[in-house]
Amino acid sequence: MFLTYLRRELRRRSRQAFVIALGLAVGIGLAISVNAASNGAKAAQASVLQSLYGVGTDITVTQTAVRGTGGTQGFGITGQSQTATGTKTTTATQDRATVEPGTGTIATTTLDKIKTASGVSGAVGSLSLSDFKVSGTLTQSFKETQTQSPGSGSGGFPGGGGSGGTQRSFSAGPPSGNFDFNSTTIQGVDVSDSSMGPLSTLSLSSGRTLANADASAAVALVNSSYATQNTIKVGATETLGGTKFTVVGIVTTSSTEDYFIPLAEAQKISSETGKVTTVYVKAASSTEIDAVAAEIQKDASGATVSTSADLANMVSGSLASTASLLNSLGKWFAIGVLLAAFLVAVLFTLSAVGRRTRELGTLKALGWTSRRVVRQVIGESVVTGLFGGALGIGLGFLGAYAIGKAAPALSASSSTSSASNANGGGFPGGGSFPTGSAPGGATGGTGGSGFAGARNAARGSSDITVHLTAPVHLNILLIAVGLAVLGGLIAGAAGGWRASSLRPADALAKVS
Amino acid sequence: MYEISGLTKIYDGKGKNEKVHALQGVDVVIPDNDMLAIQGPTGHGKSTLLQLLGGLDRPTGGSLKFDGQEMAKMGEMSLTKLRAQNFGYIFQGFNLIPTLTAQENVETALVPLGVSKVERRERAAKALTDVGLGERLGHLQTELSGGQQQRVAIARALVKEPKVILADEPTGNLDEETRDDIFGLLEKLWADLGLTVIMVTHDSALSKRVPRLAQIKNGKLTIKRESKTANAA
Repeated sequence: MFLTYLRRELRRRSRQAFVIALGLAVGIGLAISVNAASNGAKAAQASVLQSLYGVGTDITVTQTAVRGTGGTQGFGITGQSQTATGTKTTTATQDRATVEPGTGTIATTTLDKIKTASGVSGAVGSLSLSDFKVSGTLTQSFKETQTQSPGSGSGGFPGGGGSGGTQRSFSAGPPSGNFDFNSTTIQGVDVSDSSMGPLSTLSLSSGRTLANADASAAVALVNSSYATQNTIKVGATETLGGTKFTVVGIVTTSSTEDYFIPLAEAQKISSETGKVTTVYVKAASSTEIDAVAAEIQKDASGATVSTSADLANMVSGSLASTASLLNSLGKWFAIGVLLAAFLVAVLFTLSAVGRRTRELGTLKALGWTSRRVVRQVIGESVVTGLFGGALGIGLGFLGAYAIGKAAPALSASSSTSSASNANGGGFPGGGSFPTGSAPGGATGGTGGSGFAGARNAARGSSDITVHLTAPVHLNILLIAVGLAVLGGLIAGAAGGWRASSLRPADALAKVS
Repeated sequence: MYEISGLTKIYDGKGKNEKVHALQGVDVVIPDNDMLAIQGPTGHGKSTLLQLLGGLDRPTGGSLKFDGQEMAKMGEMSLTKLRAQNFGYIFQGFNLIPTLTAQENVETALVPLGVSKVERRERAAKALTDVGLGERLGHLQTELSGGQQQRVAIARALVKEPKVILADEPTGNLDEETRDDIFGLLEKLWADLGLTVIMVTHDSALSKRVPRLAQIKNGKLTIKRESKTANAA
């Protein structure tokens, strides 16, 4: 009788039931779509993080450089003493690999402590370097000046000297030079573990990857975009930090690093033996990440310990804006629509029960208990809710599909592994080339080379373009069904409450 | 058997502190197998008394005993059970469930008794056959005439084999010919099954046919006529 009555009643009120179901469906469909888009944004963020920090990295440890340390970096060309007129050309080349400005280092002893910390599944270190190459020529012309000195005496122009007679001095003309500046980035990676850290982000295009045997070998992997730009192929020899490296592989990666070399080699060319700039940590359990981070913080005092959640917050750009929008406005909008749908369902159900006073009162007069009448009303509402849920799931899939099709590509910007790069800047200029007369007999001008480290500053962030997908997960479908049942129960409870409060006498009163 | 003494019912009126004294001390005994018609002007307490007799409402004061049980003191569940087992109702507007067939409507009276589905269907079909609707089991309310609808309502009241039939203007919505048919049916069932029939009616033609007639005025009931058998019209 329960099901027969329920089915017939819903059929009789099919239009009203459809409106209630549609309201719930819109709310549930919107909730599913927003959740799917949010899932997509999270997946995109995870993808960005994965490309930057490696697969399975739960925590990164970095060290901000202490202000005032590191000193200045410069490039000097020593001029030549000039004793004759004419043009002199000075050639200079310099190749230095240093830890990126603003980035501090962490001792490998700390890395070892982190590896053995409670809750740590594994940890690898990397050393991020900037390789700065300058080469060029400096040309200066010198001319001789002779002056007559009357009688004996001292004085005269500096550089001259002598008593009486003719004084000779040389003055340098404006220098001219041609210098090539080349800045590349290198990441020293732990070749013993390619399952996490920077190595895990690399995808081999040609050649081979780095292996355990390469730990102390002068071999390098080259970022494919950099290799294409500079026509570098497997087998080529590249000079990094003054050391020649053999390119053994070309890799594709969204990382901004140009070269990947064994960590020990990176430490060697930068004279940073026993140092790393970033430690990548994998926690034994995803639920222990915060606890592990706190434990690591004790071992690495003064270091910046960032969990994957912290790293996610570093992602900015339109992806982050979309994710934020979905998490705030989208979520509340869906909740609002859902609540409105619940309210509509409640009002319609109350109205329906109100119109059925005589019918429900008759059933009570026939001996139906209030519980049985309430169960009947709630049953009808729950079935309506389930119908709305099914419709809502369909709408949700449709919405998710539309989002996946229509969503534009989103860009994500994130701090790179050297999270403290924001503090970095360019290499400070060492000085400038002097112009004008040089004292006679003096060294013809020395000077440092200075340039803004624009590239390094730019490297403080990484831009990645991602396409937003909207995957619908099983859990949200279960939640949708739960919401549908909840909507039905809420509406049914309201209707049931009204039905239970009906006096059976109303059945007679209605016709008196 | 009903034993009623000093029965009162007071409703809250529309105005503040306003009280409506629907029943003001009703004293009456209604033996088993009685057929009692209650007449009276509108608003003088007929329907209120019928509701109290059927356990659809509770009295404000006095005593209302059915088969020795004080209905006024019964809990909600006990009263519901009493209704389900002992009282059959016939309403002026038939009060059928519009979405259910004639047979299903009759079955609704057996649902609270925990009767199995198969037995429900059988008993409902028999009850409908008994009232002359054996060919209309699967018909909806909208497919039945007024007289047929009332027959369904009578079948619904009888199917659970109650002790008492309570009818509120059972022929109020029927034409004269149908009225006679329906009342004839009630008389037959009353005589055959040994039921107690209590009906409220404005119809003087009906009131002439019942063996016992009461009148209620200003909430007070008086017996107008007593006889042992139904009168022929």
